[in-house]
Amino acid sequence: MNLTKMMLTTTALTVAAANAFADGHMADTMTAVSWGGAYQTSQQRAYTEPYMEMNEGLDVVWDESSAEAVAKLRAMDEAGNVTWDIVDVVAADAMRLCDEGLAMEIDFDTVLAAAPDGTSATEDFGELIVSDCFIPQIVYSTTFGYRTDLVGDTPPTSVCAVFDTEAYPGKRSLEKRPIANMEWALICDGVGIDEVYDLLATTEGQDRALAKLDTIKDDVIWWSAGADTPQYLADGEVIMGSTYNGRLFSVIEEQKQPVAMLWDWQMFDLDGWIIPANLPEDRLARVMDFVKFATDTQRLADQAKYISYGPARASSAPLVGQHADLGIEMAPHMPTDPENSKNTFLFNYEFWADYRDDIDAKFQAWLAQ
Amino acid sequence: MSDATAPDGSVLAADGTPLKRSLARSLRLQKTRALLLVAPLLIFVLVSFIIPIGAMLFRSVENSQVADTLPLTVAALQDWSPEAGTLPEEPVYAAFVTDMIAAVEAKEHTKLGTRLNYEQTGMSSLFRKSGRRIKRLDTESGAPLKDQLIAVDKKWGDVETWATIKTHSVRYTNGYFLNAIDMQRTPEGAAVQPEDKRILLKLFGRTLWMSLAITCSCILLGYPIAWLLANLPARKANLLLILVLLPFWTSLLVRTSAWKVLLQQQGVINDILVWLGMLSDDGRLIMINNQTGTIIAMTHILLPFMILPMYSVMQTIAPSYLRAAKSMGATNWTAFWRVYFPQSVPGIGAGSILVFILAIGYYITPEIVGGTKGVFISNRIAYHISSSLNWGLAAALGAILLAVVLILYWAYDKIVGIDNVKLG
Repeated sequence: MNLTKMMLTTTALTVAAANAFADGHMADTMTAVSWGGAYQTSQQRAYTEPYMEMNEGLDVVWDESSAEAVAKLRAMDEAGNVTWDIVDVVAADAMRLCDEGLAMEIDFDTVLAAAPDGTSATEDFGELIVSDCFIPQIVYSTTFGYRTDLVGDTPPTSVCAVFDTEAYPGKRSLEKRPIANMEWALICDGVGIDEVYDLLATTEGQDRALAKLDTIKDDVIWWSAGADTPQYLADGEVIMGSTYNGRLFSVIEEQKQPVAMLWDWQMFDLDGWIIPANLPEDRLARVMDFVKFATDTQRLADQAKYISYGPARASSAPLVGQHADLGIEMAPHMPTDPENSKNTFLFNYEFWADYRDDIDAKFQAWLAQ
Repeated sequence: MSDATAPDGSVLAADGTPLKRSLARSLRLQKTRALLLVAPLLIFVLVSFIIPIGAMLFRSVENSQVADTLPLTVAALQDWSPEAGTLPEEPVYAAFVTDMIAAVEAKEHTKLGTRLNYEQTGMSSLFRKSGRRIKRLDTESGAPLKDQLIAVDKKWGDVETWATIKTHSVRYTNGYFLNAIDMQRTPEGAAVQPEDKRILLKLFGRTLWMSLAITCSCILLGYPIAWLLANLPARKANLLLILVLLPFWTSLLVRTSAWKVLLQQQGVINDILVWLGMLSDDGRLIMINNQTGTIIAMTHILLPFMILPMYSVMQTIAPSYLRAAKSMGATNWTAFWRVYFPQSVPGIGAGSILVFILAIGYYITPEIVGGTKGVFISNRIAYHISSSLNWGLAAALGAILLAVVLILYWAYDKIVGIDNVKLG
């Protein structure tokens, strides 16, 4: 009898607890998904550590799955068990998650904090709000670094040095995908940035870009992980190579390698949060509370203390200070710094959503020849 | 024993039931018990292996997205044929607008755009753009929706757009399998892909021959080591075995990255060769980011899978056979080739099957050290699973790979005989 009674009581308590949770109570654990490495560390130090200090008893679990986030979220959704609460993805992936109905649509001005001077979130993020589901965090760029000791007396100033194997003989590393490489090829083939995408939409334009890449094909090492180019540069395996600007920052400033930045025609891209669709109420309440804190003006500026990516809010830029460990000013290392952003282009999300499958098939076939 | 026989002559058991029934019952009990004992494993294999693989393979033919999202349009397109070269009539456009309004409501239209974009470039943005504007169309006044839709985007005035929708509206399609062998599904039937997009067959071929090359080099390198292991005194053999197993316990990524450091042009091997004067500084060997890199790194990684079965088979070969052969006048070579080697073949067979099947599905190592010419079909499958999200094509590629492995296994059984494979 006693046992039955006890079980009944426990059941009642559990039900009561579940009800309490549903009443706007915030979950005690939150699963955040990111890229691992230095980037995730910068998020932990700027966002989750201060947030956990404010919320005792909260447990944040990290999952380093951002690279496969879209596929995994789709699989979780099909299995009916989404275990992630907030996911860091690049803008192109956020759009696809939004298209597939896997990410929640955000009402920016009610969900996110306004800037300290009262500017609404929508205005503060401005045109970086590229999707209804995507809360931008940082602006990063894919750009080139070169070995200062291998380029002789005339260090390159233009991205077209990549295609100039006479002036700069040696291997160069490029990403094993068409995005950005096709644009650079056309720009260096004399096409203006305004015409690049019109041209890339045609077979002739695609062939022209591949023909330009063909001129350096034997000198290219193709990378697929962001850590490859920094390693190739550090070992002197390549003379120049493309990668994310934050990776180059750490090669140059933290590892003190003889490498310099070539910001010319860097490709901007955005990285930020999405919240999976249809989260249970208590987890959603937690995530909403977190995301409001983690994307406010000060927090976005704080992240730049740990990694050289530009904050996505206009109001954060003046607050960017010194690197937390190295003590150097971070502003001149931001891809968005006026000195660095004379020639730039933004990842063309709409174009690549349409043409990615087609051009990638051609690009891979060309690589395999 | 008259009481053990029933009136009809059948034999009875001690408790009076017919012996036949009694036997059957005890046999059934035994079978149930055996089934219960293997049930946990059976259910585990079924739930965690057979069902997911089956579900994934089913995606290679499943294609109900178009028919589910645009049911009225698909029905209206029945009577239209793209060969005529004329656009569908107004009812098709009206049906499409009705379907599309429902699809936008259910947020299905962008998914469909992604699906159709695999077949025709530009569908993704066409559906997104049309989805934004579909509600603003005038469906009340009776103004032709055909013109209104073409005004939204002129691609709705292309026969090709409608042909794509019609071609891919079947619920079960061969389209993914055609794509997987560098062909495509068109209104006129199957057709080959344009030459500059053909890559998958080449990758299948490369995967097969490189896996074979890796298996062969594993045999060549592994055989002497397995022989040593089997013939050395126990203490030395144990030490050697640990050396074989040590890399086995090291992370795959660490080993692959180590090869990068060793093999690259500014790497350890090239540096030593240049220092020794065997190479000039300009003539450094290219041993990585190509097929050589993949073969070297994968041979190293898969070697233990070859050595261990060989070793366990060789251990069972009695040394007295060799001595007997030699005492009867065989040379070392004849004794080895005619007496020892045939007995070790089951070990080679087992090792080869293991290594070949593992190699054919390898993905991380070719991705890291393979460059452009050393990647496998599995790298393409990974791309379609995680980047392009074309799971149908990934499933078709996987199904073909599975079929190829099964055929090779069958061929192996016919040629060598699967009974002739031993793990020890």
